[in-house]
Amino acid sequence: MTIEVRNLVKTFGSFKALDGVDLKVDSGELVALLGPSGSGKTTLLRIVAGLDWPDAGEVLINGEDALAQGARERHVGFVFQHYALFRHMTVFENVAFGLRVQPRVVRKDEAAIRARVKELLDLVQLDWLSDRYPSQLSGGQRQRIALARALAIEPRILLLDEPFGALDAKVRKELRKWLRSLHHEINVTSIFVTHDQEEALEVANRVVVMDKGRIEQIGSPDDVYESPASAFVHGFIGESIELPVRVEGGVIRLGGRPLALAADGLAPGASRLFVRRHDMLVGPPGSGAFEGIVHHVRNFGPVQRAEVALSDGKTIEIDAPRDKELRAGDTIGLEPRRYRIFAG
Amino acid sequence: MSAIAARRRTLPGFGLTMGLTLSWLSVMILIPLAGLFLKSLELSPEQFWNILSSRRTLNALRVSFGLAFAAACINLVMGSIIVWALVRYRFPGRRLFDAIVDVPFALPTAVAGVALTALFAEKGWLGAPLAALGIKVAFTPVGIFVAMIFIGIPFVVRTVQPVLQDLDPEIEEAAGSLGANRWQTITRVILPSLAPALLTGLALAFARAVGEYGSVIFIAGNLPNVSEIAPLLIVIRLSEFRYADATAIAVVMLVVSFVVILAVNRLQRWAQSRVPAR
Repeated sequence: MTIEVRNLVKTFGSFKALDGVDLKVDSGELVALLGPSGSGKTTLLRIVAGLDWPDAGEVLINGEDALAQGARERHVGFVFQHYALFRHMTVFENVAFGLRVQPRVVRKDEAAIRARVKELLDLVQLDWLSDRYPSQLSGGQRQRIALARALAIEPRILLLDEPFGALDAKVRKELRKWLRSLHHEINVTSIFVTHDQEEALEVANRVVVMDKGRIEQIGSPDDVYESPASAFVHGFIGESIELPVRVEGGVIRLGGRPLALAADGLAPGASRLFVRRHDMLVGPPGSGAFEGIVHHVRNFGPVQRAEVALSDGKTIEIDAPRDKELRAGDTIGLEPRRYRIFAG
Repeated sequence: MSAIAARRRTLPGFGLTMGLTLSWLSVMILIPLAGLFLKSLELSPEQFWNILSSRRTLNALRVSFGLAFAAACINLVMGSIIVWALVRYRFPGRRLFDAIVDVPFALPTAVAGVALTALFAEKGWLGAPLAALGIKVAFTPVGIFVAMIFIGIPFVVRTVQPVLQDLDPEIEEAAGSLGANRWQTITRVILPSLAPALLTGLALAFARAVGEYGSVIFIAGNLPNVSEIAPLLIVIRLSEFRYADATAIAVVMLVVSFVVILAVNRLQRWAQSRVPAR
């Protein structure tokens, strides 16, 4: 099943939630919509699900016009951030709900419904909880039940709205892996919304980065991390050092001082220089494009993170390997192994 | 072990508040009720039985409890619809309607009785067209029914309103995306979630209607055996200095009310256990 969205526009009052969004998701893909809150990612998901309606644009599911149908007819599995389980029903009845409300002509008989629910509870590895009520489950268990419930109706596509947003960090990591392997197993075309870049990069086949109701970049997790298409994407994904620079006559200047960096093909004017923290290599004073004084150093897992005051007064944070000797007060040279410059 | 637990109680003031609770409940509720029972003991079981099994008493009790229950049921249905409109939709005048719901709380019941009687009397604004249809409201049991509905409305609305407000609209969206139509969403998801609050509202509206006196006696006509409510019969017996008769009826009302409220409470606890708090 493919999903296609064309020129989608949605406003809430004077707020433009979606400002001309085009997206195509191929059959069997697992796509992440990534962006800060207010970027329009949840609105986009809700419109695809039929829970919201756009002001303009088209939504096609498997080539058919989905906007002509309500949420009921679209056959879309939707998983909510806060689970939205039915509190007065057991886990079993929650999962069975979608099967029980089917029109009489297509409804399965009780034995078939039981078998199907059992199968789904096995799939999410929670069959031992079938008689419990949602309030008796942990957050991670609730979300897996919510997923089983959404899958019960054999949805054409699966949409997940911040599925792990309400869970603690450890459970979140477990469920990420689990979701990826589950997707591998059932292979239903899926879109999930997240504001957590790590989650998007780890789980998805393809990442759609959104900001202010527009799509900034669509690409594989490697693409969006390694070759960000815009200043926003570079700043949003991965830890970045951002420096305001000017490009003039083929030279990049930071606070008036020229930097020993290539400026080929750059438009003149005010720009922003982005470097990943770990791409800033430490050398002896005088080497590299920048010079600075180390303010303090903290060990941070596999790296040490140093706060460095550059000679023009701006303070940046860099990540250096643990074996590199760095002490507060050292004067060091810094050379960006890789960098990108965006106009504006 | 309990001594340790008591010493380690983190929330102080248990002794003080519990003591106040018990004494207050005793002074305000238990002692007057005990007095009522004591007074009725002046009657021999035979006398007690004779008073209760007299036609007039039985009819009064039937009118009171029967109509109160019917009125509570009507309030349950209409109150739910009102709550739904007030909570789920935004329309001009919503706050005004919301405030109007409380009017039966605040209005002196005698005023309500007089107003309803004037409205439903044979020449009244509503009474006249109804009379043309052959329906008499004022000075009949139907009038009692109307008055009991009037005073019961806010109880259902005010108990269900906060629960519906807290009900996450996402569960309706979830039901819809799972293929449920509107009717299935209401009957299988929304109503069961509201059941404890609905039962509480029903019990409160019923209790209020059973005890209602002021508005009812104006519109009822107070015909013995037909439109005479039990509280009125108690007042009549008192004015005849037949105190024992009055207490006997009062004791029966008390016991029946208590049993009904207890039953609804159990039902509500049962429903609550199926919809545990998050």
